[in-house]
Amino acid sequence: MTPNAPSVARIARLTVLSLGALIFLAPYIFMVSTAGKAQSEIFSSSLSLIPQQWSYIENFSKALSRVSMGTLLFNGVIVCALIFVIQIVVAIPCAYAMAKLKFRAARTMMVLVMLGLLVPIHATALPIYVAFDRLSVLNSYAALVAPFSISVFAIFLFLQFFRAMPDELIHAARLDGMSEAGIVARVIVPNAWPAITAFAIFSVVAHWNDLFWPLIVVTNQDYATPPLGLLYFRAAEAGDDYGALMAATLIITLPLVTAFLLAQKRFVEGITMTGLKG
Amino acid sequence: MASVATFETAIAEPAAREARIAWLLALPAITLLLLFILLPTLAVIVLGFTDFELGYGSFRFVGFENYAELFGDRTFRRSLWNTAVYTLIVTPVSIVLALAIAMLIEAETKGRAFFRTVYFLPVASLLVAMATVWQFLFHPTIGPINTFLSLFGIAGPNWLGASGTVLYGLSIIGIWQSVGFNMVLFLAGLTAIPRELYAAAEVDGAKSWFDRFRLVTWPMLGPTTLFVTTISIINSVKVFETVKTLTEGGPNKASEVLLFTIYQEGFVYLRVGYASAMTVVFLAILVVLMFLQYRVLDRKVHYA
Repeated sequence: MTPNAPSVARIARLTVLSLGALIFLAPYIFMVSTAGKAQSEIFSSSLSLIPQQWSYIENFSKALSRVSMGTLLFNGVIVCALIFVIQIVVAIPCAYAMAKLKFRAARTMMVLVMLGLLVPIHATALPIYVAFDRLSVLNSYAALVAPFSISVFAIFLFLQFFRAMPDELIHAARLDGMSEAGIVARVIVPNAWPAITAFAIFSVVAHWNDLFWPLIVVTNQDYATPPLGLLYFRAAEAGDDYGALMAATLIITLPLVTAFLLAQKRFVEGITMTGLKG
Repeated sequence: MASVATFETAIAEPAAREARIAWLLALPAITLLLLFILLPTLAVIVLGFTDFELGYGSFRFVGFENYAELFGDRTFRRSLWNTAVYTLIVTPVSIVLALAIAMLIEAETKGRAFFRTVYFLPVASLLVAMATVWQFLFHPTIGPINTFLSLFGIAGPNWLGASGTVLYGLSIIGIWQSVGFNMVLFLAGLTAIPRELYAAAEVDGAKSWFDRFRLVTWPMLGPTTLFVTTISIINSVKVFETVKTLTEGGPNKASEVLLFTIYQEGFVYLRVGYASAMTVVFLAILVVLMFLQYRVLDRKVHYA
């Protein structure tokens, strides 16, 4: 074991890892490169990465003018924020009650939560869509957010986290005369930040990327989320103006990728901790 | 008598109070759970037995007619088959790649964080957007992949445009997107293996790299591998974004997958009853997968 001497095995390892990394990064490299190329250059199909003529401004202004990118990103932020806040506000008190208070329904709740983990939005979408249609609430933030107001996964995650919290903490707060709601707000939440951050990342990544549900309930561009907006943009461009298309992709991918690069350790922790997806 | 009664309520009171508060705290969650998960799930099962179509006022119960129609529906059978093929490609390849990359990164001292970030990047990227980039990479004439292949005199296929290759194209995107997620789970599993086990294996004569893998790493990773496998399969079965964005099930239904068919029937043709029956099949597949995971978990993987 000589970690610093460049052994054959080490060189082989690094070569394989670097080659793999290059392949995994290739889509991003071509995205950035193509976003700066003029139409004629893209169609000359050369592999050169640096544009001969820098057309970034042209492509970006095209992307920004065809579809209102500002609205898309704003909608994405609003929808993700609403979903996350409601999920937390609903799930934390419930998980606390299940973990630390005695009540007979706790067992039934546990069964419901485990069953709920099995059922993705794809399975419940049809009846919810029919109901929303009857109530004429399609094309609204409410329609985008409501089905995700309950996250059984959040309950599951917080439940495990709260069970590990010492009971003495809660007893002490009770002796101080705090109400149960006060305990949740002032004792449980401040101690649950690691779990809350992990869940925040999981929730935002999932809903920022979701296409299925927005596609179903939104037909009005004003309420489109980033994935849906990109779909509209593709339709409007007839899919051939790759320069503008890549510029649009770049704008829409950037926020989450930047967030990831800035807080990657938390991201990786959040997504592993919340292992289960969907 | 009176004093006994007060004594009893004095004991019962706090417990009852605690239960009442617990109910209050859990009430919003319970209500929403019933409203958005339990009720719709039951509704989908019921709707599967009706001929309900959105836009028509009335509907009637048709028993198993929808399911009978499903059996003969060539699009649906095609869709099931395609989903199975996609899953059978994406799951094993992304798991093997993820494990290999995780082990290489784990063995390396420098650049760990860098490589982890790079391979994880696709997980944090907007899939619809990156699918669009892949569409460009796969473009038959101006796409970099085929341009690259032509350097070696290979005429690349029309990846997403030909029915023979479209599933492979989508699978490549699926693998690219999921390797990082699996890798991170494997990395967590690898760091949890006690170093002494490797030393002990070496003492016992496990000299080669492969022996150590076979005797220590692989068995110790059992629970992680099972978990990764289940998640990968479930996520592959749920493939939708790339299909909707890039191929719309085409060409010639060659990339028709389960969720896309359900979407098409239910939300485009508005045949809610029929699409509900498909959804029930989809749900049944998920339930069977989870059940299998529990069975295997119970029986086999008890190393850690």
